[in-house]
Amino acid sequence: MKQFAYFGVLLFIVVGSGWLELGLRTNVLRRWRRFVLSVAPVLMLFLLWDAYAIASEHWDFDQERTTGVTIGAGIPVEELVFFVVVPFAAVLTLEAVRSVRGWSVGDEPPGDSA
Amino acid sequence: MTYTQLALLGVALTVVLDLMVLRTRLLLRRTFWVAYGIVIFFQLATNGVLTGFEIVRYSGDAIIGTDSPTFLGDGRIVYAPIEDLLFGFALVVQTLIWWVWWGRRGVQYRPLAGPPVWRQRGASGAEASGGDACGGELTP
Repeated sequence: MKQFAYFGVLLFIVVGSGWLELGLRTNVLRRWRRFVLSVAPVLMLFLLWDAYAIASEHWDFDQERTTGVTIGAGIPVEELVFFVVVPFAAVLTLEAVRSVRGWSVGDEPPGDSA
Repeated sequence: MTYTQLALLGVALTVVLDLMVLRTRLLLRRTFWVAYGIVIFFQLATNGVLTGFEIVRYSGDAIIGTDSPTFLGDGRIVYAPIEDLLFGFALVVQTLIWWVWWGRRGVQYRPLAGPPVWRQRGASGAEASGGDACGGELTP
């Protein structure tokens, strides 16, 4: 089980933010195409950063607390999931604030108050 | 480049992307800063686990601090290098910038968020349906 430690943290992020989708009706899953388009450029950039950091030995990962599955350039699969799950949690949080407070975010069409 | 240098560069590029390139102006909005306050709390908690248990380990040559995780001090906050806060800022803010940018272009602007389940849909008028469109601006 120890090798799933990193995945355990990822699961916590998904559960800890996922309830917003149900409780606050953040409606992010129903806007999944917009999420995919938003996360794609960020995912590319941060995978490149990760690859550079691993190659430059800025950081490395405990072999015993990760599954050992890599996606190339020595990047653990956990990192790939991290770069999707964290942006997802971030969008959920932003939309949660909009849900509760009703404040604008900057994507509203001109003259649209809802 | 060191992690410190790359992290600072990442923050600078993110600010330029928001304020000058895509002009989403997320960093000028109250909505963003309230959301970011929540995000940073959970970042410190989850990153504290990843770095405190040394699931991720950092080279002392790449960061301000040394390679041994300290709870607070030695360039670390809740075990994580302070560079991780900048890295996280770039990751989270860039995602939100693109989210706002696509919404503004009409890509799945709807269904809008809310209201929360404890508020009746359609009831209590403006409060539930979004309130004042200018309410989230910090600057006029």
